[in-house]
Amino acid sequence: MNGPVPVSLPSGSEAATPLVRVRQVSKFFGSFRALNDVSIDIPHGRVMCIVGPSGSGKSTLLRCLNQLEKIDAGAIAIDGELLGFRLQGDALHELSDAEIARQRLKTGMVFQRFNLFGHLTAIENIIEGPVTVLKRPKKEAIEEGEALLARVGLASKRNSYPSQLSGGQQQRVAIARALAMKPKLMLFDEPTSALDPELVGEVLAVMRALALSGMTMAVVTHEMGFAREVGNELVFMDHGEIIERGDPRVVLDHPANARARDFVNAVIK
Amino acid sequence: MRDHATPAHRDILDLAGLKLVPRRYYGRWIAAALILLALGYILRAFAMGQIEWKVVGQFFTAPAILAGLVNTVIMTICAMVLGLTLGVVFAVMVMSPNPVLKVVATFYIWLFRGTPLLLQLLIWFNLALVFPKMGIPGLFEARTVDIMTPLFATMLGLGMNQGAYTAEVVRAGILSVDTGQTEAAKSIGMTRLTTLRRIILPQAMRFIIPPVGNEFISMVKITSVASVIQFSEILRNAQTIYYANARVIELLFVAAGWYLIVVTFLQIGQFFLERHYARGIGPSRPSPANEEGKA
Ligand SMILES: Nc1ncnc2c1ncn2[C@@H]1O[C@H](COP(=O)(O)OP(=O)(O)O)[C@@H](O)[C@H]1O
Ligand SMILES: [Mg+2]
Repeated sequence: MNGPVPVSLPSGSEAATPLVRVRQVSKFFGSFRALNDVSIDIPHGRVMCIVGPSGSGKSTLLRCLNQLEKIDAGAIAIDGELLGFRLQGDALHELSDAEIARQRLKTGMVFQRFNLFGHLTAIENIIEGPVTVLKRPKKEAIEEGEALLARVGLASKRNSYPSQLSGGQQQRVAIARALAMKPKLMLFDEPTSALDPELVGEVLAVMRALALSGMTMAVVTHEMGFAREVGNELVFMDHGEIIERGDPRVVLDHPANARARDFVNAVIK
Repeated sequence: MRDHATPAHRDILDLAGLKLVPRRYYGRWIAAALILLALGYILRAFAMGQIEWKVVGQFFTAPAILAGLVNTVIMTICAMVLGLTLGVVFAVMVMSPNPVLKVVATFYIWLFRGTPLLLQLLIWFNLALVFPKMGIPGLFEARTVDIMTPLFATMLGLGMNQGAYTAEVVRAGILSVDTGQTEAAKSIGMTRLTTLRRIILPQAMRFIIPPVGNEFISMVKITSVASVIQFSEILRNAQTIYYANARVIELLFVAAGWYLIVVTFLQIGQFFLERHYARGIGPSRPSPANEEGKA
């Protein structure tokens, strides 16, 4: 582990510490409890799929992993580093904005609505982080960016603005933009939900290849085929809680929980 | 063609070969004729009136007029640069999570939008009445009248007033950028200020430029208010001349001509700026230029 401040969370540290450890996390919006005592681990190189009805807290969980939301209780560690706080003596000191920005470098995020930078071309979107944040030389960043564009099958769209790309192409550029920061963990929040049906496949193909390359991923999705085929673990959320978890094939074929069963039936039909 | 085909025997959809007669816009023709008539009448009135057009031509490039023009242009630019800078800074402060910055900026906007510009100019210019000397104790000190020259007082007065208005324009521009852009910027590790500078402001420009262009053009004309504190901009110099030679209308026309020329150039500049910041917006607009290397 090369995280600056290794912390031991309640589970104790085994030989192979999972990349992501989430412990008893709760999140409130006002008095509304969006996450209720959620605990998960994501080991290195694994793909965790998160499913559940709308409003069940899936996005909130991902956003907490990326500190787009602050948690109200519990603890999250990524790559051996506690998120949002520094342990000093017996106290947890809240991190500054700059330190939080640095912690975010470990995770890449792909949004449902792509959120590509509208004033930048595809290649400019990809090199923006490496050049501005990581201070990499522009020439190097462009070379790597072009390689990433080729990897998501969009080498020819290098100089296109987001408004000139289809949804599927935009989402693939967004994936390349996240990968350009060389994250250890990739978060996907319903990456195909805003796409026309015929464009879903191209994005899932890129994600599948990414999983095969060994990337650790947390994927919120309604694509049960993807979860079944690519996911190593499936987490089922409802009302801010994890109500079922396990091997995707088992959970999807024989959900033990009644609410999970209803949801799976509804989605598959 | 088939002149004598009786309408009764022709199918209504059998249209091939018929002549198309465009619709006539009689209203437009009548309006244009009336306007031309009025215009001709006005021009004639001025041409025959008590105006020495030769004098207008003569003074158009008079040294005092040109000096005033230069002052007007320089002041417009200085005041707008100060106003834009303050506008961006205070807009960012108003939107900052830091409550101290927020209160300071809100107070500034309230103060400078809440009082007349003329009054602000007079206060700056007469600051010496309150503080005979100003400076940093121990480091340097000067008489306020030496610092608050008409030029400096005008720049502060116009710029700080403009800043208060521009802050609101910039704030509206920032708010019009989708919050998803901020989240995406955060997700690649950008801090708040980097996000603002690299992602939000460039996209807010599209909403900021039209009103700011408008204010730039206003500023050219508002500089004339500074004649009350003896800033020698073009209108004041024109007045100085006509106090001496009594060619009032001629010199006012000279000033008007120059204002129109300056404003025309600004409008052309605004057009190109708007086009620049519209990049990436709207339906497909291929970008042929940068095929190699440079991104
Ligand atoms: N910023 C917010 N303010 C208030 N309530 C929120 C906010 N974000 C999410 N919520 C609420 O939290 C719950 C979980 O939201 P979310 O995590 O987006 O659900 P999901 O992604 O599973 O559809 C929802 O009821 C939603 O209305
Ligand atoms: Mg969601």
